[in-house]
Amino acid sequence: MSEAAAAHADEHHEPYTSTGIPTKKVLMWAFLGSDCMFFGTLISTHLIYRKISATVGTNYLDIRDIFDIELTSFSTFILLASSLFMALAVSAIHKGNLNSTRWMLFGTIIFGAIFLACQVYEFTHFAYAHGNELTLSTYRGEPHVFGSTFFVLTGTHGTHVAIGVFWLLGWLAYSFTGKMSTADAMDIECCGLYWHFVDIVWIIIFPVVYLMEYAL
Amino acid sequence: MATESVKYVAPETKPKTVLDAFRRPDQHVTGIRDWLTTIDHKKIGLLYGLVALCSLIFGGMQALLIRSQLWAPNLEILNQREYNQMFTMHGTIMVFLVIMPLSAAFFNFVMPLQIGARDVAFPRLNALSLWCFVAGAIILNLSWFFTGGAPAIGWFAYSPLTDVRFEEVTRDMGPDFWVFGIQILGLASLLASFNFIATIINMRAPGMTMMRMPVFCWMTLVVSFLIILAFPAITIALVELMFDRNYGTNFYDFLEGGKPHLWQHLFWIFGHPEVYILILPAMGIVSEVVPTFSRKPLFGYGLVVFSGAIIGFMGFAVWSHHMFTTGMGIVATSAFSMLTMLIAIPTGVKIFNWIGTMWGGKIRFDTPMLFALGFITMFMVGGFTGIMHSSVPIDMQQQDTYFVVAHFHYVLIGGALFGLFCGFYFWLPKMTGRMLNEKMGKVVFTLMFIGFNTTFFPMHYLGMIGQPRRTHSYNAGHGFEQWNQIATIGAFILGTGVLLGVIQFMRSFRDKSLKPAGKNPWDARSLEWTLSSPVKEYNFARTPIIKARDQAWENNYGPRDLHSVKEPLDHHGVHMPDHSWYPLFTAIGFLVLVIGMLFHSSLGTDGEIIRNYTVAIIGGIIAITSMIMWSLEGPGGYHLFPEEDEE
Repeated sequence: MSEAAAAHADEHHEPYTSTGIPTKKVLMWAFLGSDCMFFGTLISTHLIYRKISATVGTNYLDIRDIFDIELTSFSTFILLASSLFMALAVSAIHKGNLNSTRWMLFGTIIFGAIFLACQVYEFTHFAYAHGNELTLSTYRGEPHVFGSTFFVLTGTHGTHVAIGVFWLLGWLAYSFTGKMSTADAMDIECCGLYWHFVDIVWIIIFPVVYLMEYAL
Repeated sequence: MATESVKYVAPETKPKTVLDAFRRPDQHVTGIRDWLTTIDHKKIGLLYGLVALCSLIFGGMQALLIRSQLWAPNLEILNQREYNQMFTMHGTIMVFLVIMPLSAAFFNFVMPLQIGARDVAFPRLNALSLWCFVAGAIILNLSWFFTGGAPAIGWFAYSPLTDVRFEEVTRDMGPDFWVFGIQILGLASLLASFNFIATIINMRAPGMTMMRMPVFCWMTLVVSFLIILAFPAITIALVELMFDRNYGTNFYDFLEGGKPHLWQHLFWIFGHPEVYILILPAMGIVSEVVPTFSRKPLFGYGLVVFSGAIIGFMGFAVWSHHMFTTGMGIVATSAFSMLTMLIAIPTGVKIFNWIGTMWGGKIRFDTPMLFALGFITMFMVGGFTGIMHSSVPIDMQQQDTYFVVAHFHYVLIGGALFGLFCGFYFWLPKMTGRMLNEKMGKVVFTLMFIGFNTTFFPMHYLGMIGQPRRTHSYNAGHGFEQWNQIATIGAFILGTGVLLGVIQFMRSFRDKSLKPAGKNPWDARSLEWTLSSPVKEYNFARTPIIKARDQAWENNYGPRDLHSVKEPLDHHGVHMPDHSWYPLFTAIGFLVLVIGMLFHSSLGTDGEIIRNYTVAIIGGIIAITSMIMWSLEGPGGYHLFPEEDEE
């Protein structure tokens, strides 16, 4: 049965599936499993290079000089808080409370956007504010790998957040067309799964990339 | 697929569309528009097969050029760079544009029929996979026409061969085409695999428990999981390489602190599961064919399934056996060596199970069975040399010699390609409705079998006496001449066999003189053989309720309580989805995006890099707009009312 057929069947009854789990959710879980491997690869690349590249060249890199841990802690908190809004949005649409769904989606989007703004600030701040300190390929003008792994890893995560924000914006816009109903709950739940996943990845990235520099 | 006999009823509601020009074409669309907008898993499967068979001819011609160059010492049919380009493109095409899509063709065509589904779970997503695959094929093959020509980096693209500072041709674009081509092919495989997983987990007919599924469906599931877990590694490796080449990062740049070794790890973390992605579908096909032609159920079904799954699982733990000579240290090397030897056990279990299936059976030697037997024997030879390689000291000797070339061609031609040809001879009657010519099939098998062994068996010996692989020419007097000539002759015999086979497959769609197949020409065992050939567009008029593992066989020969029954005809009829343009448009968007990225930078007058992303952004906008339209185009669809047994 196709998506189309499934949507059609919605009018009558829940479509039959072998496991009883909606098929879209199965697809989403498969995708998230795959996405784990994406981030796994990026995070291992970062971990492999973190120590061995630190002393390359004459320029010893103490990344703590560059990091702004207060800012990153704040944006981490914001991103985690956005998950609460997301969960509430899913719960609201299941109950058919359209107004509440709209506000919760709006809250998730705003918090996601704040996180992204912090990341943009962080990136430009590292690259320019202190006299071109850390770029994709250099640290203080000397070749370095930390910038490569750091920017590509956190940038990929940021891209995921941005995709999530646009996805949610799509739902927010759709909620004003008057077509949104509890029939869309499954789709919003999939969106929520994605959003929580992106959050969880950040829960790993934050200690591994940021906090560890202060501890180990 | 005939609909004339079926009563047609107009859809209850007109499909809601935002843009009327590209509204979902309905069932009356014909010709090229039908094929471009199709979301029918059977047609998508056939398109996969068509593109892959054309690529097979193309990649095969490159192989013949390579063999011609090695006909005699110090020939100059190809120069060094052209030779490197040939083996790079040959390897990449054969892996990504032939074996994988041929497997995908069978997954698409056969798997939904075997589990009693009307289509895959997400038909439009399935069409997107197909068109992304075509886009990737286009990108990869376009490389010939731009600066530097095709990539000359090997299908493994080891760093620093891909480093911009060491390239033979200034601003060589070959590796960029390779990077983006593989990236988009990976996207196609990932999307298809998510779809197959959702389909197999959720769309099985009532009664079709996991342990009643045909082994081919099991292998589809295992391979799909391998793809979704292995491709991310190469995706990220390629992203990092793209950044290295375009934005100056230092991931693999040893002059600036990067480690080329990391590329090898990331590549083989993907690359070794990829080996099983290539071979497990063929094993699935053979597990269907051997019981059919032995007229016995598969011996040890549970063990065969479990072995397939364990091979897939362990496939993630052995990647470093491709890197024994890189100096990983004794512990790592020994561990990977041991795990590699362990994989021989589940593989051996499968082979013994196939032999056990044939034991005491009434074997018919039709062409599919010949290819299945060819698969088992030739794959065993490849497996034995594989066990030899798992031993580190032996591998140290054989690394980068023709022995390795012999090994993986025994696995990939004698294994995967024989298995896939077996699948064609087995299932083409189901696809076309006509039997293939048996005599011709046997000629093809004989040519392929003889040609294949003549080409690759001498390579074992050539490797033992030290001929290095990936080397443009060799001097006289090393004892290489005679065996290389034999191998080249064999390659042309093999090429003839493959060409005849491909022509036979293509012709069978048109040739009206072939005899009609009927529902079950082979007296085969699984569910697709209860349907007419070619299969009707709705597959099953009524959903079957499954009672046994070999349902088609039980229906014919089994006790009455094992006969499948059918759900009553639905008074709503069979709901069929409309066609859609948007998968195609999304893939075109990706294609434009990639072309924009490939040509985004140029050199300014004073040598600085000028970046222009206009084309890439246009491509991105096309893709995103198409996806939005896709999500808004609405279900559409129409209903068919087939007669009771019209399936």
